[in-house]
Amino acid sequence: MKLDSKIPNGPLDKKWSDYKNHIKLVNPANKRNIDVIVVGTGLAGGSAAATLAELGYNVKAFCYQDSPRRAHSIAAQGGINASKNYQGDGDSVYRLFYDTVKGGDYRAREANVYRLAEVSENIIDQCVAQGVPFAREYGGLLDNRSFGGVQVSRTFYAKGQTGQQLLLGAYSAMNRQIGRGKIKMYNRHEMLDIVLVDGKARGIIARNLINGEIERHSAHAVVICTGGYGNVFFLSTNAMGSNVTAAWKAHKRGAYFANPCYTQIHPTCIPVTGDHQSKLTLMSESLRNDGRIWVPKKMEDAIAIREGKLKPTQIAEEDRDYYLERRYPSFGNLVPRDVASRAAKERCDAGYGVNSTGEAVYLDFASAIERYGKEQARIQHLDENDAKLVYKLGKDVVENKYGNLFQMYEKIVDEDPYTTPMMIYPAVHYTMGGLWVDYNLMSTIEGCYILGEANFSDHGANRLGASALMQGLADGYFVLPYTIGDYLANDIRTGAIPTDLPEFAAAEKNVRDIIDHLMNNKGTHSVDHFHKKLGKIMWDKVGMARNAKGLTEAMDEIAELREDFYKNVKVSGTAESFNQELEKALRVADFLELGELFAKDALHREESCGGHFREEHQTEDGEAKRDDENFAYVAAWEYKGNPREAVLHKEDLVYENIKLVTRSYK
Amino acid sequence: MNLTLKIWRQKNAKEKGQMVDYKISNVSPDMSFLEMLDVLNNELIEKGDDPVAFDHDCREGICGMCSLFINGEAHGPDRGITTCQLHMRMFKDGDTIYIEPFRAKAFPVIKDLVVDRTAFDKIQHAGGFVSVNTSGNTQDANAIPIPKHDADRAFDAATCIGCGACVATCKNSSAMLFVSAKVSQFALLPQGKVEAAERVLNMVNEMDALGFGNCTNTGACEVECPKGISLENIARMNREYLKASLK
Repeated sequence: MKLDSKIPNGPLDKKWSDYKNHIKLVNPANKRNIDVIVVGTGLAGGSAAATLAELGYNVKAFCYQDSPRRAHSIAAQGGINASKNYQGDGDSVYRLFYDTVKGGDYRAREANVYRLAEVSENIIDQCVAQGVPFAREYGGLLDNRSFGGVQVSRTFYAKGQTGQQLLLGAYSAMNRQIGRGKIKMYNRHEMLDIVLVDGKARGIIARNLINGEIERHSAHAVVICTGGYGNVFFLSTNAMGSNVTAAWKAHKRGAYFANPCYTQIHPTCIPVTGDHQSKLTLMSESLRNDGRIWVPKKMEDAIAIREGKLKPTQIAEEDRDYYLERRYPSFGNLVPRDVASRAAKERCDAGYGVNSTGEAVYLDFASAIERYGKEQARIQHLDENDAKLVYKLGKDVVENKYGNLFQMYEKIVDEDPYTTPMMIYPAVHYTMGGLWVDYNLMSTIEGCYILGEANFSDHGANRLGASALMQGLADGYFVLPYTIGDYLANDIRTGAIPTDLPEFAAAEKNVRDIIDHLMNNKGTHSVDHFHKKLGKIMWDKVGMARNAKGLTEAMDEIAELREDFYKNVKVSGTAESFNQELEKALRVADFLELGELFAKDALHREESCGGHFREEHQTEDGEAKRDDENFAYVAAWEYKGNPREAVLHKEDLVYENIKLVTRSYK
Repeated sequence: MNLTLKIWRQKNAKEKGQMVDYKISNVSPDMSFLEMLDVLNNELIEKGDDPVAFDHDCREGICGMCSLFINGEAHGPDRGITTCQLHMRMFKDGDTIYIEPFRAKAFPVIKDLVVDRTAFDKIQHAGGFVSVNTSGNTQDANAIPIPKHDADRAFDAATCIGCGACVATCKNSSAMLFVSAKVSQFALLPQGKVEAAERVLNMVNEMDALGFGNCTNTGACEVECPKGISLENIARMNREYLKASLK
């Protein structure tokens, strides 16, 4: 099958509007006869389900949590980008588009990114109309802040809880439709397979997590919005339940998986403390607006800190190495995430790391507190030389901006970040790779659409901060509702899809067989035992720095571990009841396949780009070395019975509007 | 640390439950409370016992999925946090810890410590929204300036995570704090004012119909709320309700 991205013709800035004007529509009376399944209720799924229901389609929405409001979009902290140019600092649709393509290290599809930048403004308007309480200035207008990899302030926010507020907005729009009966909501349900009839996506098999029943659900199209697969690393900033199962099952039924190796390791997370750790907590990138990152300049200071003999506040200004400001003077602490993460790893590997583990750097707010304090003192006509007063005023400003993040840090680490610098270290956060989609967001399975983090299209090899929320909502509110109509227009005479077709029976049997195997296995180890082992292989050999030897080993080790899992895993309880171990086992089984494809993709990509860093391909000063001549393409993998036998299909990335240059933030 | 845990075990919604004792050793003070339960569960699984079921997901205090009544308090002894943010340094070696589900008529137990909170969703279906369709043609986001003070108070109300600690804490199992947070968020913003009267009546009626109790101004909900949702919201909802009833 040849990949056809279906990018419309015409100039870049006219593509989307011309395309919308010419695609097929479904009239309101016919929409009532068409069913759409939406799996996942985060920003992408929630916004898509609500909008499709408003249009008149019958929507069935599924989430594994006890309420759609709990999807992991809720945990996004910093903000959402839009090219409103409210600050008058020179922002525009083109600049947002350009920054995103550059930030993604020239591995994203131009037309999709331009559309994303175009609809970004509508998102803010829509959310405000829904009553989303964004941060405002004293004049009553919306406030903005700045994020990594850009030189304008285009990020809208609601303290450190922007994802929560946006998701509750989408959830409220869903609730209106659930109340009207246009969305039928299935909480505590997990999709375990997709059903294809005559090559088209026509339904799913889901497990009711309360009573364990295996259910068949049919529809005219299936929309998968189940987020990313960062939990393949066991430790990540994802929610405990975040998983790849829905996407992986679609992959096994024919959806190509694109660029699985593009993973974002976020620079500012709370460092690991011990073996018991179940997840890692992010400290929003917005903190890099005001926080300065450093490690000790002298090795003896770093050693003394690790041994607990010295406090960071005792180190003189001239003995601190603000390494991001030193290496990247024009972007400083606001370089993109991949760059900041690698720079932290470089310092720690060189022996300058802090924390007892040596795997942490400082994020310091002292100078921000002083700067804000002095500003407030001047505004309030107080003495700006009174250090105590300045600290108090400055602390109030910082608390107002990042209060919930500081509280979160204090609860976990048991240290006050207002007086002692925070300790941070990179952690797995987001996956740019995902199922391949065309311009319509349709996968290589007809009628199966992929939205949000689950698809691959907009962020290339590295996502910029505050762009995930933008993409999720763009896909769900403003892209899919148009493009799906063009497809469903052919289904107005199809009628309801029966669930007693042999295709449904076969998919259900497939699901039951896997569950039977897991339940009847007389193994000795818990699911977590295997998941932790997988995570360790991934982090050590497929993590922040990769090389051919490690990746080859990782592929073999994962394959071996998978075999071991099926032989020795022990799942307690029964299949016909509430069983969290079984839920985990089904998810980890899929991670054990994905991990191998992930390593294979990383091995084949003989270049460094964005979040994918191959040690063999770097410049003399340790920067990533891209190879546009040979790798300016999307790697879309076709499943062939075993992850290592996946077949590569290439979609060449054609840049008509942006010149490919070496990405520099110096 | 070595601890004794007394945990509520209940097979499913129909069967009767009971407290069961467990011993756990080598607990690190840096563990979160749920990581301590993870360790217990791993031991139970390897021994061939049924692990303790409990709800959790984000483990960073924002999704609202985790619950637990610990030593008689929703989300345990610390303030301003959810159970997943509670750390074992809050306990001492040799402590006995009682772990129960959130209890309320409207929150039936599904298994062990897992309860059904869909009643909260149902209240939201009755009016927790602004009736605006997605169009791309709504007015510019800056067309209506909103005083910062109002926007900030609307935000404070909107930070409710819907965990149900207020209901579990209240002696009347009242959901007033939860409902008033949503009513307040919209009542404070111009976008929500158009439907304010209808919204408060519908949401309160649904809350009553689902079996939640009344508010008797004890204020325990505010103390136990992990997000510090203020009682002022209940006062505002009562005002909104009265205004709407007199229309």
